[in-house]
Amino acid sequence: MAHSENTPQVTVLPPDTARIKKLWTVAAILGVITLIEFGVAFGVPHEMKDTRVWIFIVMTIVKAAYIVGEFMHLRHEAKVLMWAILIPMVFVIWMLVAFVYEGMQIFKVR
Amino acid sequence: MSHTSTVIVPAPGKTEWDGGVSPMNVSYGKLMMWFFLLSDAFTFSALLITYGLVRSSHKAYLGVVNEFTFSTAYWPIPEKVFESVPFFEGLHAPLVFVGIMTFVLIMSSVTMVLAVEAGQRMDRKAVEKWMLWTILGGICFLSCQAWEWAHFIHGAHAGDAVAQGTTFFGANLAHNQYGPPDFAAFFFFITGFHGFHVFSGVMLNFLIFYNTVTGVYERRGHYEMVEKVGLYWHFVDLVWVFVFTFFYLV
Repeated sequence: MAHSENTPQVTVLPPDTARIKKLWTVAAILGVITLIEFGVAFGVPHEMKDTRVWIFIVMTIVKAAYIVGEFMHLRHEAKVLMWAILIPMVFVIWMLVAFVYEGMQIFKVR
Repeated sequence: MSHTSTVIVPAPGKTEWDGGVSPMNVSYGKLMMWFFLLSDAFTFSALLITYGLVRSSHKAYLGVVNEFTFSTAYWPIPEKVFESVPFFEGLHAPLVFVGIMTFVLIMSSVTMVLAVEAGQRMDRKAVEKWMLWTILGGICFLSCQAWEWAHFIHGAHAGDAVAQGTTFFGANLAHNQYGPPDFAAFFFFITGFHGFHVFSGVMLNFLIFYNTVTGVYERRGHYEMVEKVGLYWHFVDLVWVFVFTFFYLV
């Protein structure tokens, strides 16, 4: 590095308060959803297993959407990038369905 | 950098895929980070879905939840396994410690995105501050996980082991006191693979912090490396959200 480059002229912009506020709101939403999950874990009896599982799955997907959409900024990227990342996820959904079904069949033949 | 997404305008008579513009409107490095994370998401999905397969091929505990006892005959209820908190031995606080770990990771994700925001407006001091908080959060999470593993491996009541004679306490890859052998194996593989990602993330975050302090990004004129490593760090948080649900809650 040349000596003159050691003291660059940098313009520091002021904080984007609206955006920072938005980020803290997202963090609060994530925290509240986690608290609700705790409420469900101890409020909804274990006998209602299917209800519990579905509530957990929906809340997890909501949390994931906030993390990927806002923190990772994917919601505000070019649409083609967003779909290039999201569409391959259908393979995961298929894998989930196929493997869990397979597991239940293994249970039956055991 | 690309915070305010600009509209891509191709030359007249050409589409955005004819060259000369970036159709996805991100740099090469950021795009590759996204595709790496997609592949990593497949890896973690495979681990968690295989857990689902093995769990659904085992018997579930069907008795009264309050009378649950550990047995290799059926899959354990996770909240009965993970109910200890450091410094409060003997206290039954199911999932509380995991909940604390979740909050630590979410908070470090927030500080990371604040570092990204600071980098986009060239605020070196703020990037340094938020990167330090993020590194601290990562180390805090890893320490929690170290305790969680130690507790899982040694068993909840290791002091009784001798008096009980042949009873096995704690866990390893072949045996565990909580349920079928596969249960402990999946605990080690899934939380271990995630913990290794957190460890790598802390290393990368430290590298970014070091480069920020020494002014590398200021001389470069942009803080895009903070954004790229930020994507990785948020992904680690994202995976934990799924591990938390499918390993600890369900």
